[in-house]
Amino acid sequence: MHELSICQSIVDAVERHAAGRPVRAVHLTVGALRQIVPDTLTFCWELVTEATPLAGSQLVVDHVAAVVRCLPCNRRQTLTEMNLVCDVCGGSDLSIVAGEEFLITTLELAEA
Amino acid sequence: MGRFHRHDDGHGNDDGYGHGHGDHTGYTTGGERVEVLERIFDENDRTAAANRADLDAAGVTCVNLMSSPGAGKTAVLRETLRQLQDRVRVGIVEGDIETSIDADRLAGFGASISLLNTSNGFGGECHLDAPMVRSALARLPLDALDLVLVENVGNLVCPAEFAVGEHHRAMIHAVTEGEEKPLKYPVMFRSADLVLVNKIDLLPHLDVDLALFHRNLQAVNPGVRVIETSARTGQGIDEWCAWLTAGR
Repeated sequence: MHELSICQSIVDAVERHAAGRPVRAVHLTVGALRQIVPDTLTFCWELVTEATPLAGSQLVVDHVAAVVRCLPCNRRQTLTEMNLVCDVCGGSDLSIVAGEEFLITTLELAEA
Repeated sequence: MGRFHRHDDGHGNDDGYGHGHGDHTGYTTGGERVEVLERIFDENDRTAAANRADLDAAGVTCVNLMSSPGAGKTAVLRETLRQLQDRVRVGIVEGDIETSIDADRLAGFGASISLLNTSNGFGGECHLDAPMVRSALARLPLDALDLVLVENVGNLVCPAEFAVGEHHRAMIHAVTEGEEKPLKYPVMFRSADLVLVNKIDLLPHLDVDLALFHRNLQAVNPGVRVIETSARTGQGIDEWCAWLTAGR
């Protein structure tokens, strides 16, 4: 249940960027390597924003797949499971290209 | 960074069809977008960096110890303190949702113990974060310590997401937990610099395939160092203590 404290830090950042303007939706990007449960996040968002100026705002989660690059052979592959082995050369010297994102990307403001 | 572009594409801001911002919202004057691009763990990571700076200034090494509940964190720590007392000045940050039971079990070995109860009214946090550890570090005499061990809350998911300012991450996996934990909790197993395979004395009584566990572990964290330990018999505790105190 770290989604609850995460929602609280999202609220803090959103309030800072919104600067008092009404917010209709908050867009997040969540990488596949993050252990964030989107439904729990949405539920906690309602809980945390209740009776605040952000009440009723929507949390929209965009997912990013996990992509790794093999350092020796430069092969890029999208991971479907956590098996850190290159599917071409069998090497395990991989760097993570995408999948660790956890960002607030944009706010959609409502009409004032 | 490219990942931001990928996100923008997904939103149709840059899809070549000429939609203006807010067109799909149904509002004619509303729907203004504010670009944020802020990492959600930024605040935690800034506090973790401050913790790390304080530890470095005091010459203290900090290890974040993580495991599932019941893998033996407190028992291993107790044997660690027994072995290091008189040699290394140890501080403990003890994360516990509600009680002081673990802190009590660690008393009597000369270590400074800072207890963090993580209960917040919602049933307790499932991890320690950097601000919590910051408040606990403030109650430790850092200048009089060599090593701080952070006993995280027993949980294989959440603690992996929160840096607390540690120099190293160590995990305890008990042989009783079976072979598949690294595949089920890859983020935590991948984040560990060292894995203790604890309760190794129970192996003769179990059907566990330890070689399979090692293959699974290496699949998610290639090359990670492993030490087989038993807090009960003391096996491997000296090797673990040597790892903890290396470089001093």
